[in-house]
Amino acid sequence: MDDLITYGPNLAEGFLNNVKLSLVAAVASLILGTILVAMRVSPTPVLRAAGTVYVNVVRNTPLTLVLAFSALGLSDQLGLVFSETPRTNSFWIVAMGLSAYTAAFVCEALRAGINTVPLGQAEAARAIGLTFMQSLRMIILPQAFRTVVAPLGSVMIAMIKNTTVATAGGFVADSAAEMKEAFDTTGASIPIFLGIVVGFMVLTMPIGFFTGWLSRRLAVAR
Amino acid sequence: MSASVLFDAPGPRGRLRNHALTVIGVLLVAAVLYGIYTGFDAKGQWEGKIWQPFLEWHTWELYIIPGLIGTLEAAAVAAVLALVFGAVFGLARLSDHAWVRIPAGAVVEVFRSIPLLLLIFFIFYLAPMLMGGGDYAFMAVVLGLMLYNGSVLAEVVRAGVLSVAKGQSEAAYAVGMRKNQVMRLVLLPQAVTAMMPAIVSQLVVLLKDTALGYIIAYVDLLNTGFKILPAVFFGSLIPAAIVIGIIYVALNMALSYFATWLEGRSRRSRKTAAAPVAPPNAAGVAAGLGAKGGGVPPDSGAD
Repeated sequence: MDDLITYGPNLAEGFLNNVKLSLVAAVASLILGTILVAMRVSPTPVLRAAGTVYVNVVRNTPLTLVLAFSALGLSDQLGLVFSETPRTNSFWIVAMGLSAYTAAFVCEALRAGINTVPLGQAEAARAIGLTFMQSLRMIILPQAFRTVVAPLGSVMIAMIKNTTVATAGGFVADSAAEMKEAFDTTGASIPIFLGIVVGFMVLTMPIGFFTGWLSRRLAVAR
Repeated sequence: MSASVLFDAPGPRGRLRNHALTVIGVLLVAAVLYGIYTGFDAKGQWEGKIWQPFLEWHTWELYIIPGLIGTLEAAAVAAVLALVFGAVFGLARLSDHAWVRIPAGAVVEVFRSIPLLLLIFFIFYLAPMLMGGGDYAFMAVVLGLMLYNGSVLAEVVRAGVLSVAKGQSEAAYAVGMRKNQVMRLVLLPQAVTAMMPAIVSQLVVLLKDTALGYIIAYVDLLNTGFKILPAVFFGSLIPAAIVIGIIYVALNMALSYFATWLEGRSRRSRKTAAAPVAPPNAAGVAAGLGAKGGGVPPDSGAD
């Protein structure tokens, strides 16, 4: 227990960095994922193909590789620099890699949601004379969004847990790195480990419960 | 086709607009590719010198293939252990005895919610304390993968058994089978067919996650690409990263297509009364607590 108290401030700071990374990556990956899904369902074959290639390549690449490549390849070798301070720079490099990775999963979750809307809904909308924009806005998207809530929640939970891989992108100030540093002096300390694990549970469990509750509340009866 | 829900068959004006969009799309994609090309070119990443090593068998024999074997070894051992762990805890969660069911449920829920890297770190530091000095990188990766993926697979097993129609077990009890016989002869054989696609998708996640070994210096494919090869062939980090990236993507895509194929097969199968179990959210290092039944629907395995 003493270990946890001694290293508490460092661990808390590291954990805060995980939270910050999660927030940035959540916003960026949702935006990028929405753009990707728009490409994947667009009537333009080229954009569709580009979206498909991106999603399939990124989804099948380990996150560790994405982050290591962002740091060692893009930043060190190709000179992509967000900030002069190394720590700030690696934060944004990791945020970028994590968002690019998560966006592929966001895209798949959204696309699966659109696919659950039965074709008959769109046909009925056209039959009663709704325009394309009207049928999209009033019939299709509202149904698609509802089915997407729970899967998106899962993607976000996975993303929050993935922020611990930041070490691979050279950002050694997150809770995994702080835990490793503490372990270097104390050895494997169960209180420290449990402390961080509980921190992550506090972060992820409400998201799981909330999105689960929301998706049940919003469920479309078919 | 999702496009058919969203779009009408285009009329003359729509077709014109689509053609215009296609042209803009081609230009955009070309611009992005050209940007990447010139960016690499400016830093001299297309020089033959740094790509040369990857055309020589020597490089593959000494570095890349041993790295690949390191990855596959960890993945194979972890997969076997995770399947055993998943089967044991999945069935334990279905037990009629509360003293088996509740602890098994707690173990599964806890290990599913711990970030995998933290688990690996913990085992990596715990092992020397318990067993003295030595290199525990392999063990830490394998055990971490086993505990996490095993817990996810336990949920798959449970969902698989529950997805077999109730009439099946009722009929089995009615002809006088015991609990053990019902599970072994009636439920499991049907559940396995339904579970296979989800299991294979989870194995893709497991294979991807072996790359976490890179962080604790386990010599796998990723370590070969980012640490060993650039040290041996100066300046070849980006070519090495691209080559091993292609290997990873090819391996995982092959497994993903296999999962999709299996799923189509088990959907058509008449051997089972159960519908295929949805893959447990393939979002990389970790599916979450909320993943219960909320995984991406089964059609998202591949396009």
